[in-house]
Amino acid sequence: MGVDLLSALADGINAAVGPTAAVFALAAIGLNVHYGYTGLLNFGQVGFMLVGAYGLAISVSLWGVSFWAGIGVAILASVALALLLGLPTLRLRADYLAIATIAAAEILRFVLRSSPAVPYTGGQFGIPSHAGGPGFHQTFLALSPFSGDRYDIGLLTFTGSRLWAAIVGWSLVLLCLVLVWTLMRSPWGRVIKSIREDEDAARALGKNTFAYKMQALILGGVLGGIGGVVMALSQQAVSPDQFLPQLTFYAYAVLILGGAATVIGPLVGSLLFWFVLLSVESVLRQGAVVDSGAIGAIRLMLVGVVLVVLMAFRPQGIFGNKREMMLDA
Amino acid sequence: MPDPANASNPLADIAAEPGVAKPDPILVVDAVRRSFGGLKAVDVDHLEIQRGCITALIGPNGAGKTTFFNLMTGFDRADHGTWTFNGHNLSRAPAHRVARLGMVRTFQLTKALTRLTCIENMKLGAIGQRGERLLSALIPRVWKDQERAIEVRAEALLRRFRMEHMRNELGGTLSGGQRKLLEMARALMADPSLVMLDEPMAGVNPALTQSLLEHIKALPRDGMTVMFVEHDMDVVMDISDWVVVMAQGRIIAEGTPDAVAKNPAVIDAYLGAAHGDESRFTPVTRDTAPTSAADDEQEA
Repeated sequence: MGVDLLSALADGINAAVGPTAAVFALAAIGLNVHYGYTGLLNFGQVGFMLVGAYGLAISVSLWGVSFWAGIGVAILASVALALLLGLPTLRLRADYLAIATIAAAEILRFVLRSSPAVPYTGGQFGIPSHAGGPGFHQTFLALSPFSGDRYDIGLLTFTGSRLWAAIVGWSLVLLCLVLVWTLMRSPWGRVIKSIREDEDAARALGKNTFAYKMQALILGGVLGGIGGVVMALSQQAVSPDQFLPQLTFYAYAVLILGGAATVIGPLVGSLLFWFVLLSVESVLRQGAVVDSGAIGAIRLMLVGVVLVVLMAFRPQGIFGNKREMMLDA
Repeated sequence: MPDPANASNPLADIAAEPGVAKPDPILVVDAVRRSFGGLKAVDVDHLEIQRGCITALIGPNGAGKTTFFNLMTGFDRADHGTWTFNGHNLSRAPAHRVARLGMVRTFQLTKALTRLTCIENMKLGAIGQRGERLLSALIPRVWKDQERAIEVRAEALLRRFRMEHMRNELGGTLSGGQRKLLEMARALMADPSLVMLDEPMAGVNPALTQSLLEHIKALPRDGMTVMFVEHDMDVVMDISDWVVVMAQGRIIAEGTPDAVAKNPAVIDAYLGAAHGDESRFTPVTRDTAPTSAADDEQEA
């Protein structure tokens, strides 16, 4: 049984630079704003991805609005979800937001896939790429300069549509990183970090912490929503079961791998997460030592092992500051 | 040799009785109540805090001192009652608005922001920063000049509190006493007119106590009013112009430090009604305190 390490490497890199890794980088950048910088426990980031993806798909493919208006709808839907979750819970202790977010994301998924919702959301089959004339996917491809079927870049092979989605996705990642970097070195970022450290201290110094937490929740939620938009664009269709609760925890794994409260952490974390996931899968498939049904489970176990090892030897993540991490908060 | 602080004490001639009116009060409290279940934590009929003075709030454990602080600063909601600060009615005001109006507090358990550096801790204290608004934060040009001015002020305050060597250290690496210093300096960044210090000396080593006391004593000279909760009677006698005594939520006495120390109701509250030896309450002079000579003469 021969294992071609070069092709495993190529599979890993292929996944790491693909649009899915960009989606999770975006979701993790949003979580970083929530959890890393503000200390908000959002366990329903997938809910923001869902409203982003469906906001675009429903408005463009079913209502027939323009592509750019659809992006606007996706962002507004993320803002609305953040307000809905934040207004009742942000005045309370941190755990209430955690409970509300994890529940809301699942409720959204079940409502979208329910049969009464079929005329509005497509029910459990979602909105396919051919729905509504050109639909959101065809409109997106019409903007693409890559009309060819196959592009070879070194070891990697892309289809035109995947290359376009990857370029758009990673450009958005870089744009969002610059946004977070700018904000976190501003006085606004200082207030946000002080809320993470001790909310009462910030209140005693005249900061309206509720308003800041709401702004952070909206900002991180919109970043998650943009991640959902990229997910819809790269997968060409949306369906409710793309948005399972574990996506939130993949995004957390990405964030913790790279290092929470670091600007670049989510990007590197996502590259690493998808590289490990797919290169391991490639080795397992080639080795054919386990049956193919188990491969999906085993590759996640290995990501778990990587996380455990990381927590033992480098709890601050790849880019985090160990000295900071070790201070009792 | 009279203590210079007391010689100029504008409250020296005010009657030592609970709820007495002051010539120029910065904080006026009326009929404030707060109960937790059946327990009346705070039940204050009337209290005025004189502007430009150092007022101590003392009382046995559970007297309601910290709850009173929490109510005044918007960290807790009163069941009933009103209070005005500098003419503003603050009865339902949230904590951040209270601070912006100039009443800034510190906490009994220090809140140094562990993963921010000292200088960041300090800069956070400044009120009205343009860069703290989300959209302005995106354009550094809008807030850079103000930020520089704030940094200069923060560095000056750090020097005054002899903390400049810790400028770039994380808050979490400071000792307990240094955290107290940092918290007080940070409160001053907000340019308060009334500083509310909740047990500023708790857990501070004796060597640092003196410098902390000097800092507090200096605040009225810069136009600030100070109210503080403290258990150490030496400290109270040393620095306060006026002492308010709480027990079981009520104000049972107020007066100059001397008057309060001799008040039998205060002695009862501290020692229980069946006390025999009243001298136990009279502050014992510490020979380590350089300012205690002045106290000695006053007691004599």
